[in-house]
Amino acid sequence: MNYRVLYFASLRDRAGMDAEQINSLATDARGLYSELRARHGFTMGEERLRVAINGAFAQWGQTLHEGDEVVFIPPVSGG
Amino acid sequence: MTAFRISAEPIDPAALARSLVHARAGACATFEGWVRDHNDGRAVQRLDYQAYAPLAQSEGERIIGEAREKFAIVEACCVHRAGALAIGDLAVWVGVSAAHRGAAFDACRYIIDEVKKRVPIWKNEHYADGESGWLHPDNTPVV
Repeated sequence: MNYRVLYFASLRDRAGMDAEQINSLATDARGLYSELRARHGFTMGEERLRVAINGAFAQWGQTLHEGDEVVFIPPVSGG
Repeated sequence: MTAFRISAEPIDPAALARSLVHARAGACATFEGWVRDHNDGRAVQRLDYQAYAPLAQSEGERIIGEAREKFAIVEACCVHRAGALAIGDLAVWVGVSAAHRGAAFDACRYIIDEVKKRVPIWKNEHYADGESGWLHPDNTPVV
């Protein structure tokens, strides 16, 4: 399926891009991150990230659908 | 006016404070977060903030809604900057009005603490030695 993935902070630096369209066999966020981690060499494990699907926080095991926007959220540091 | 906002433009605290005025309000507490010139023993020259805007907006609104439920307040507002900031710039502003000062202080503290914990905004510090780094909530570098 096709997903749109947005990157922020250290993940953006590591991936070298703000966003990408991904064609993947992964059916949940966990599987998708695992695939992208291998592709881009992300060092952060799933336990240090949160995941958002279509603009809302979600569970790692939530089923993804065609066209979903997926964002892996590194530890935040606003303020 | 929306209660939480990410702003690419400088924050105008006086205009925001006016939005808190209400006949029922006898107290107003505000918090300003400024860009300082050092962190963790290193000289900082400037900052960049990135935000995942749609989720930052909804999570920020959620936090202000929680503050309204937890504390007896009248109005509340928070604006956080995105983009490039210089030393001394206003990075985040929180303001709360209430009938009495206790609720105003408590809600103001709650909002800034939760924003720092939960809202998807990231600070990249540029150091005097030319390096830069993304930070964690406890201000330790992201490895």
